[in-house]
Amino acid sequence: MKIPIIYIIIFIVSTWTSIANTVDVCATCKVKTVKDAIEIASENDTILIKKGTYKEYNINVNKPLTIIGENYPVIDGELKGEIIRITADNVTLDGLFIINVGTSYTEDFSAVRVVKSKNFVIKNLVLEKLFFGIYIEKSSYGKIFHNKIIGDAKEEFNSGNGIQLWYSHHIKVDKNIITHVRDGIYLEFADHCSITNNTSTDNVRYGLHFMFSNDDIYEKNSFQNNGAGVAVMFSKRIEMYNNIFQGNWGTASYGLLLKEINDSKIKGNLFKENTTGINIEGSNRVTYSFNTFEKNGWAIKSRGACYTNIFSDNNFLYNTFDLSYNSKLNDNKFENNHWSDYSGYDLDKDGIGDVPHKPVKLFSYVANRTPEAIILLRSLFIDIIDFSEKVSPVFTPNNLEDISPKMKRIVYDRN
Amino acid sequence: MLKILKYSFYDLIRSRWSYVYFAFYLLLGFVLLFLNNDVSKAVITLMNVIIILVPLMGTMFGIMYFYNSKEFTELLLAQPLKRTSIFIGQYLGVATSLSLSLILGLGIPFLVYGIFKSEAILDFSLLLVTGGFLTFIFTAISFYIGLSNENRIKGFGYAILFWLFMAVIYDGLFLISLILFEEYPLDTFSLIASMANPIDLSRILILLKLDISALMGYTGAVFQKFFGTSWGLIVSLGVLFLWVLIPVLLIRRKALKKDF
Repeated sequence: MKIPIIYIIIFIVSTWTSIANTVDVCATCKVKTVKDAIEIASENDTILIKKGTYKEYNINVNKPLTIIGENYPVIDGELKGEIIRITADNVTLDGLFIINVGTSYTEDFSAVRVVKSKNFVIKNLVLEKLFFGIYIEKSSYGKIFHNKIIGDAKEEFNSGNGIQLWYSHHIKVDKNIITHVRDGIYLEFADHCSITNNTSTDNVRYGLHFMFSNDDIYEKNSFQNNGAGVAVMFSKRIEMYNNIFQGNWGTASYGLLLKEINDSKIKGNLFKENTTGINIEGSNRVTYSFNTFEKNGWAIKSRGACYTNIFSDNNFLYNTFDLSYNSKLNDNKFENNHWSDYSGYDLDKDGIGDVPHKPVKLFSYVANRTPEAIILLRSLFIDIIDFSEKVSPVFTPNNLEDISPKMKRIVYDRN
Repeated sequence: MLKILKYSFYDLIRSRWSYVYFAFYLLLGFVLLFLNNDVSKAVITLMNVIIILVPLMGTMFGIMYFYNSKEFTELLLAQPLKRTSIFIGQYLGVATSLSLSLILGLGIPFLVYGIFKSEAILDFSLLLVTGGFLTFIFTAISFYIGLSNENRIKGFGYAILFWLFMAVIYDGLFLISLILFEEYPLDTFSLIASMANPIDLSRILILLKLDISALMGYTGAVFQKFFGTSWGLIVSLGVLFLWVLIPVLLIRRKALKKDF
């Protein structure tokens, strides 16, 4: 079969011109700034930014474009304000190095802001010296992946968040690395979003922060050494799977803070070396399963108004306190967990201890009431009263016990 | 004084109980390290033992030795020797041999398991230092109790009671007062209260070194601010030293005044 070459050329040229043009931007090209390129380009064009430094800010992407950086061109905002704003649907940003976002106390300047747009893709960006990183505002069906956000936040009041989703839905946030900002990832009124495989470390406040966001899922993320770990507040139907919460250590720090969370699932997570593994307040109908709590100060701190939660098949390993409760009332269920503190026996060798385990120590109850008492930790007197409380509970909830504690550590594949 | 110290020291070194005490710590150290190969974890477990057992041993040994060597002491008193040098010499002999058993008994297993390569070396040395202090404190107090009581049963009773008070009852009273006065700011009070008991003081010193302070929330921060600095360490070691000095001075006063 022979097709004349001319036809092929005509075909290529015609598709080229009719579907998408490429506009090159570089210091020696015809188009020298990104702003001009956007001006010149027509819809669905590609803008190719060559290596170099572009001192621009307030770049408004107002038509569907694909903006690609070659070898990471630097876009330097010179601390003057917002750098890129996307206001059109179907925009792709790829491979840019964006630095020096302006700081303001009245406006949330960000490196990339998406406003009322759909189907955007933001990938392979590197953001440094920023106020807010990627700010998604009233947008939907977007993807944010493979970005690296490195802030230099020191204090909460004059720093911004790495990735912020506000009044947005169906956004995928995947494989980003966020460090040294205020909140690594912040969701406010953001529904049906998925946050996966991200690493959020050393942030001033939270690694991940949910507010009034429902039906979201976050999975396989790693949150380490953040000011206060991860906070999930006032949200419903959140699924939290296979994440790692580690090293969130400090007087007001915790791995995960749940406040007013209902109907959620927490499964397969690892909580290691946090002052408090999970701090729960006013959360109902949450199931906790296959999580591992290792070497935390408190594995679970229940602050009250928590009803019908189920804790099953979790590992509680070498925590100073496994569970702290501040009321005598218990409506939560503990079953089939493994407790390293368990002192019972298993005569019939079915892998389940014959004696129920009482996870709340009297001392944790006392320390809850009078925080100063904690300095008596590990004193002989405390061991004695803990023992006597274990034998005959007076202060701790009577029915708070795991009737079927597992003898062996529960193995769960986090992948 | 040195001669008497030397005599008491060798007397104890040759006695069976010193060896038992030494062997106990040796065994404890090896078993702990064998069970969890992690040196820093073993330090935590060891702390629990040291804080309870060392004062008890110091008290028991001190009072036992005092009453056992009473006849010999009376013989010595008939010689042209200074009273203070007799009693202080005996006391130092007992306390030194006990501390030596402790330090060697725990030091050897930890050396074998490579404490010098571990980061826990500082915690471990702090542990041994406080252990040594506790030995000196409680031996001195038991000597004083022995000097004040002719009746052995009474003396034993008081000594045990003193240990029980410091190790258990004090913390109970402490806790009760914390709960009773929970409406008031208590951090200064708890700081002073824990300084006033050598056992509590040693426990907190070691705990804070083990980075447990964050657990303690606000109170922990107050404590960390005080004990965490080298100034705090100096002050607390100073307080421990005072705890040795005061009973020794009491022994001296009693020894000088007492009619044998």
